Amino acid sequence: MRRNQALTTYKKGGIHPAEYKLTDKSPVQILPLPEKVTILLSQHIGVPAIPVVSKGDTVKVGQLIAQGKGFVSANIHSSVSGKVVKIDSLPDLTGYKKSAIVIEVEGDDWEENIIQSTDLLKDITLSKDEILEKIRESGIVGLGGAAFPSHVKLILPRDKKAEALIINGVECEPYLTSDHRLMLEYGEEMMVGIRILMKVLNVRKAMIGIENNKADAIYHLTDIASKFPGIEVYPLKVKYPQGSEKQLIEALTGREVPSRKLPVDVGVIVHNISTAYAVYEAVQKNKPLINRIVTVSGKSLKKPSNFVVRIGTSVRFLIEAAGGLPENTGKVISGGLMMGKALNSLDVPVIKGMSGILVIPEDETKRKPIEPCIRCSKCVTVCPMGLEPYLLMSLTQNGNFYRLEKEMVLDCLECGSCSYICPANRPLLDYIRLGKTDVKKII
Amino acid sequence: MSKLLTVSPSPHIYGKDTTPNLMYGVIIALIPVVLASILYFGWGAVIVISVAVISSVLFEFLIQRFLLQKKTTIQDGSAIITGLLLSLCLPSNFPVWLIIPGSLFAIGVGKLSFGGLGNNPFNPALVGRVFLFISFPAQMTSWPEAQGFQTQYIDATTGATPLNIIKEGLGKGDSISHLMDKIPTYQQLFFGNMGGSIGEVAAVALILGLAYLLLRKIITWHIPVSIILTVVIFTGILWLVNPAQNADPLFHILSGGILLGAIFMATDYVTSPMTGKGMIIYGICIGILTVVIRRFGSYPEGVQFAILIMNGFVPLINYYIKPKRFGEEVKNG
Repeated sequence: MRRNQALTTYKKGGIHPAEYKLTDKSPVQILPLPEKVTILLSQHIGVPAIPVVSKGDTVKVGQLIAQGKGFVSANIHSSVSGKVVKIDSLPDLTGYKKSAIVIEVEGDDWEENIIQSTDLLKDITLSKDEILEKIRESGIVGLGGAAFPSHVKLILPRDKKAEALIINGVECEPYLTSDHRLMLEYGEEMMVGIRILMKVLNVRKAMIGIENNKADAIYHLTDIASKFPGIEVYPLKVKYPQGSEKQLIEALTGREVPSRKLPVDVGVIVHNISTAYAVYEAVQKNKPLINRIVTVSGKSLKKPSNFVVRIGTSVRFLIEAAGGLPENTGKVISGGLMMGKALNSLDVPVIKGMSGILVIPEDETKRKPIEPCIRCSKCVTVCPMGLEPYLLMSLTQNGNFYRLEKEMVLDCLECGSCSYICPANRPLLDYIRLGKTDVKKII
Repeated sequence: MSKLLTVSPSPHIYGKDTTPNLMYGVIIALIPVVLASILYFGWGAVIVISVAVISSVLFEFLIQRFLLQKKTTIQDGSAIITGLLLSLCLPSNFPVWLIIPGSLFAIGVGKLSFGGLGNNPFNPALVGRVFLFISFPAQMTSWPEAQGFQTQYIDATTGATPLNIIKEGLGKGDSISHLMDKIPTYQQLFFGNMGGSIGEVAAVALILGLAYLLLRKIITWHIPVSIILTVVIFTGILWLVNPAQNADPLFHILSGGILLGAIFMATDYVTSPMTGKGMIIYGICIGILTVVIRRFGSYPEGVQFAILIMNGFVPLINYYIKPKRFGEEVKNG
């Protein structure tokens, strides 16, 4: 790596929460098979998948069990082998009941066409359309958290052209290290995945953005990137929320994606680093998206770890493997500290977009009492989108939704920097979310 | 499940800044100013500062507890700042029986009548100061000389401030070059050897305070820098056009309350704009108004009025001046 080169970052706003990367030195462990898995049919943005198996069927690892219907949707595959025991509505991460398929595990019997060996398959033999079809069939979604079906992002509107592919290896959330470990342990596979994506998008250049707190990954990838033409690693200054698509594009290219436009409007396409790895597995090894790396972490946890987990494994199983739920736990979060969702139960399944499970002790759980706004303008300073959170909050409180729209409330990323920085403990983001929901009703 | 988990929307982690933290940060930044004032004015400064601080906190407590009957907020430190800032713009021989109504006006009318911290449109300390200035002009314009630590209080030796000398001199038709001989040297102005209010004399202590505020990120550079630069440029132009009638920019910066106002008064969170661009506009207007009052008005000093006038424009600035939104200009470089 070019150690002394000036690190780039995006210009506007941003914060520096404590990093707590407890598991960045822990190699990825393969979690034993659970007794049963609960596979949700809506693990992506878009229409839920439709089951193609029925109760009593025997399924293999990697078998299609639900089909994505409609343009924005994704296939779902069985992550284990065994018997379908239930197709029913079961609580998802938010606690609402959603359709799911429950499979009881029997053995570990994979579909024949999946190549299980760990050999690196470097040669890309398939054509552009064949690759695209394979990615669609394999049910790959964006693994950074948003879970947007990947094949949709790879089909560009006819009048738009991408110049570069941006690979998001930023992982700016505290605690999370799943992408970090992936880069260290499966770097070459990932590079092949990036080459595949470049072929589909017909671009010559790929930029991998990695924050400087992952120096080992930057060195490692820079090293192997020399063997893959067109791929370059860019170290970035540590700043939250750099992992946000728009901010990362600005950090790497200096281009700002305008309000309500897509990255392709400034000539780039962004994919997460673990999505690139999933693409490699799907295209080179015929393996659909049936597992992923999940960081299980927290200061109170006995054995914080990075696990390779089959989709549908219960969160409780993961926490047991990391040393069990500590007595003083107050909150369990799916995702990161800044943007993750708090779970109301441990009996919910791992989904494709889950990058981490965080266990937070009781004394760090409660919010502090809300005090009056002292108009210190820190929320305005940290907002990466150039919005005025204090104003959006009071406009929401007053129900002034027309002005909210004019003040561009819909541009909010919900990164939480405003609530984080507020010295008066004001729930700025809570109100902004409310305001966004109401503005969406009027437009 | 033995016990319930807490469910709340993100974020799940919060920064360390709290309102009291920021307020006490401002108080720490004022320590050099307070020490310098004691060094120059002795017991007078000690009496004026402690009476103003104690009475401000006491009035905030009494009014919130008994008149408004709600939770008292004296622990957040904002009443201490109001008291400190009020005292720092008083003369060191200011009588106790006038400081107390000053504090009452600052806290009661300037702050609590609008709904307390966060709701007051005007800087409470300046409201108190202007109340005293208009009601008791004689006491408010008798400026003890900074003669090193002294034990006199009410009976301290008084003299004219440098700004007074210039104003009166020019009024009588004197020329600047002649008047400049009567005022302290620039070195004395910088370290504070001159007549003036308790907190405004020692430029060096105020600049130390500014450095602390900026380092701890309590304030941003926008307001102090734009005020000071505007004053330098405006007075510089006047000075270049007619050096016989106008003092030079350095004199303007080092004398009077510009530094105290630019660093501690105009930067008050509640009464200053919310965006960087807004802050610069606010600062430039304060700078211009200050020079206009000093040079063309009837008062020798104008910072206090300039800041209060601009406080009134803050809601308008916030309404019209928006931060640059992300993606506003499409760059294709």
